[in-house]
Amino acid sequence: MDIATFVQIFESTLRLATPLLFACLAGLFSERAGIFDIGLEGKLLVAAFFSASIAYVTGSAWLGLAAGIGASVLFSLIHGVASITFRGNQLISGVAINFLAAGMTVVVAQSWFQQGGRTPPLVGDARFDRLSLPFANALHDVPVVGQIYGQILNQHSILVYFGLFCVPLTWWVLYRTRFGLRLRAVGENPAAVDTAGISVVRLRYAAIVIAGVLCGIGGAYLSTALAAGFVKDMSAGRGYIALAALIFAKWRPWHALGAVLLFGMLEAIANRWPNLDLGIITLPNQFMTALPYILTVVILAGFVGKAIPPRAGGEPYVKER
Amino acid sequence: MKAMPKWADVLLVPLISLVIAFALSALVILAIGEDPIRAMELMVTGSLGSTYGWGYTLYYTTNFLLTGLAVSIAFQAKLFNIGGEGQAMIGGLGVALVCLFIPWPNWWLAMIAAILASALFGAMWAAIPAWLQAKAGSHIVITTIMFNFIAASLMNYLLSHVLRPTTSMDPATARFDNVLRLPRLHDILGLVGIDFSRSGPANIMLFIALAFCVLAYVLLWRTRLGFEIRAFGQSEAAAHYAGISSFKIIMVAMLISGALAGTMAVNSVMGGPQRLVMNAVEGAGFIGIAVALMGRSHPIGIIAPALLFGFLFQGGSELAIETSIPRDMIVIIQALVIMFTGALDNMVRRPLELLFLALRRRA
Repeated sequence: MDIATFVQIFESTLRLATPLLFACLAGLFSERAGIFDIGLEGKLLVAAFFSASIAYVTGSAWLGLAAGIGASVLFSLIHGVASITFRGNQLISGVAINFLAAGMTVVVAQSWFQQGGRTPPLVGDARFDRLSLPFANALHDVPVVGQIYGQILNQHSILVYFGLFCVPLTWWVLYRTRFGLRLRAVGENPAAVDTAGISVVRLRYAAIVIAGVLCGIGGAYLSTALAAGFVKDMSAGRGYIALAALIFAKWRPWHALGAVLLFGMLEAIANRWPNLDLGIITLPNQFMTALPYILTVVILAGFVGKAIPPRAGGEPYVKER
Repeated sequence: MKAMPKWADVLLVPLISLVIAFALSALVILAIGEDPIRAMELMVTGSLGSTYGWGYTLYYTTNFLLTGLAVSIAFQAKLFNIGGEGQAMIGGLGVALVCLFIPWPNWWLAMIAAILASALFGAMWAAIPAWLQAKAGSHIVITTIMFNFIAASLMNYLLSHVLRPTTSMDPATARFDNVLRLPRLHDILGLVGIDFSRSGPANIMLFIALAFCVLAYVLLWRTRLGFEIRAFGQSEAAAHYAGISSFKIIMVAMLISGALAGTMAVNSVMGGPQRLVMNAVEGAGFIGIAVALMGRSHPIGIIAPALLFGFLFQGGSELAIETSIPRDMIVIIQALVIMFTGALDNMVRRPLELLFLALRRRA
């Protein structure tokens, strides 16, 4: 294995981690506000479909992105109505949202494009271009810096950079703003927030709308940047891996970045070497696919620290009378 | 005093939810330019119009009875087992191993062994999430989802590398011996002189699944263990105060749940294609959630919803053949049923409660 291979692996790690990152941060906002979000998967999927189809029709990836965000936020609001307004079971609502997205995308895709549940391939401006970072070419041959800046970080779509920017942004919003403090409080002790005269319902709706926007960007990235068009079930469990990453990160933004990079790298390695020969044993592709889930179970088993979710997670808030 | 009479709670509320879910599905069909009335007619004739259709409808119903029962038992202990899908996959492994590697003299011995093996395998797959919930307090929903994916990868590996016959390219096991063919409704109903289509795969497992429903009812409402499970589901704190061990209840409820999900594979593997194929479960583990929610997690209550989803599943296939509505339409219906009978329950219930209160006040 030479350096070029490592560079390639890291480069595709970053690409594959991006949809996970958006979904994971979405889950972070939602769960920190006390709303479990099993529906990340469905929101990614529905956003991927609507952004690909609108991008195809209009020829603009940006309009596609807007449509993807719109669809994802709409699904978030359905989750909100069920779990905040009507105090329904958040897990059941999330499951329903995932199925709704899985069925809806295929049925609508078939009706619009008649291509067996996919959109036509996207070309030109309907996709997000890869960007060249400033000075990347000049630095290309400098050792270390050239490989990291000129090759691994360079030539990604703008959404990848925006995803990376969202990590400090999320940290800042959660830990350095009044809104963030209240958001975290509403996930731990909604009664206290309510006593302080702040609306629990409004805060929780704000959190799930943010989650919808982030999932929307992640889904749009899947179909208009990572791939060129929508195919049936293209989120392929990424929403669940993001959920796993969230537990892995113990609901913290910087750790979330670490977790999705780890899971992205597993995917990159599995793509590169379908059967990984470690000398002693050969790991089959299927093992690499299952590894994020296995690692999460190990974390949950408490072998590596303890993952404690926000205390009020999953509980509908009932105002005292 | 309760706001609503019992019949309204167990019948009216799910029925109204169902009507809303179906109305929205009809809107979706309208939106994609098809005729919902014609779609409904096609579904009814396709699934209930002939003994051929019934043969498939009841075959799917059997799957949903078992997975619905699995989800229900866990729900009774307030545990949400999303892992029925994975547990049924691993249950299929148990069925395949028993059928492939032991030379059984007849079908009924093989069936009993397959039921036991699939139940054992399914229970095993539920055991780790259950243990993690009981001991480490990690959420069962998350762990069972993770185990679904691990099961899918494991089965993918086993079917493409280990159990696949060397002569075949298909990731599936060899066909089971013909001796192991389960009696189908054609054979069973033929005994009493009823003529039934030969090709529908509904088989003896339908009656076994119905028997399991009765047994589960007896377990939940006529035994001490069942009482403990329900008490735990109603209030963990009260159950603890009454000396009921939460560890024991979580483990027992999840093991039974996993075992029931596992036995589904006897129907879908031994009763269906007679070999273990990739994706033998076809989402039945998830449909079990919708079935349990509609049936109010009652072992007898889930029979009607299981039949309904059997009808939808078979009708949906017919629809995909006859019209441009893809099979995935039933996934939308399933999603809407889960949403309205599960998460949006209060939306239907509250107005009804107010209505009943108003009526009572006037009386």
